[in-house]
Amino acid sequence: MEAARNAREAAPRSPAALSTELSDARLVALCRGGDEEAWSTLVERFSRYVYAIAVQAFRLPAHDAEDVFQEVFARVFERLDTLREDEAVRPWIAQLTRRLCIDRLRAGSREVVADTEQLLDAPDEDVLAQIEEAFDVHDALAGLPEHCREILDRFFARDESYRAIGEALELPAGTIASRISRCLDKLRQVFEGRNEPGTASREQVK
Amino acid sequence: MSGYDIERLSRLIGMLPPAPAAWTRAARELPRARRELDGIVERAEADAEFRRALIADLESALRAEGVEPTTWPLLDELRRRVT
Repeated sequence: MEAARNAREAAPRSPAALSTELSDARLVALCRGGDEEAWSTLVERFSRYVYAIAVQAFRLPAHDAEDVFQEVFARVFERLDTLREDEAVRPWIAQLTRRLCIDRLRAGSREVVADTEQLLDAPDEDVLAQIEEAFDVHDALAGLPEHCREILDRFFARDESYRAIGEALELPAGTIASRISRCLDKLRQVFEGRNEPGTASREQVK
Repeated sequence: MSGYDIERLSRLIGMLPPAPAAWTRAARELPRARRELDGIVERAEADAEFRRALIADLESALRAEGVEPTTWPLLDELRRRVT
């Protein structure tokens, strides 16, 4: 399994291949070595995660969320050398995002009375837990064929209509619902397979 | 794992919509922006007139260097380093 991944990692890479095949630890190592394509992939891999924490768990308004988002990636870029375990990049980014969200909320609530301020600092822990689960599902999504990734992401994450999806993917609108259903079933198989003991992540299925 | 039915997976996919494209683009461009920042700071240290121009009107001076300040992610850091 590891040999197969190493072989894929040694081959010429496209951004899409990088995004689906590299482990977090390998991606961090490449970024630390100055690989700008790897950095771009790291941003792609974690951008939705950071955005969701800021907007859904902490309910930051867009302008604050944007500041936090940029600050998170600026700090990750600057401080990647300080990360002790490369595979821990995800909890590190989560912690950084949470801390910056709290700082932002506190800065914005200095004129609010103290007891209200405490309420404003508190993230929605249920939402944070769901975001973690959602990240794992998206990680499993990366193991599906491109046509499944695309259609599931467009419909559920980008909230696109059947018509918009049909036009973008050049599919008859009448076939989209059945494709979504088949792809969801594949995703469920991949996701459940990944969560069985001894199963590696980021494997492609056909 | 039977808890991961189709409805739950659908909802979880929907919990991570893409961040706005401009935000992600700015984050991806950090390595290039960092190089530009280091170059500007180095030049400001060597060229007093350039440094004065930066302090007087940072955004105009950046535009003159071919850097668009409104989308450049390290503007605050540059401001701190040259003033």
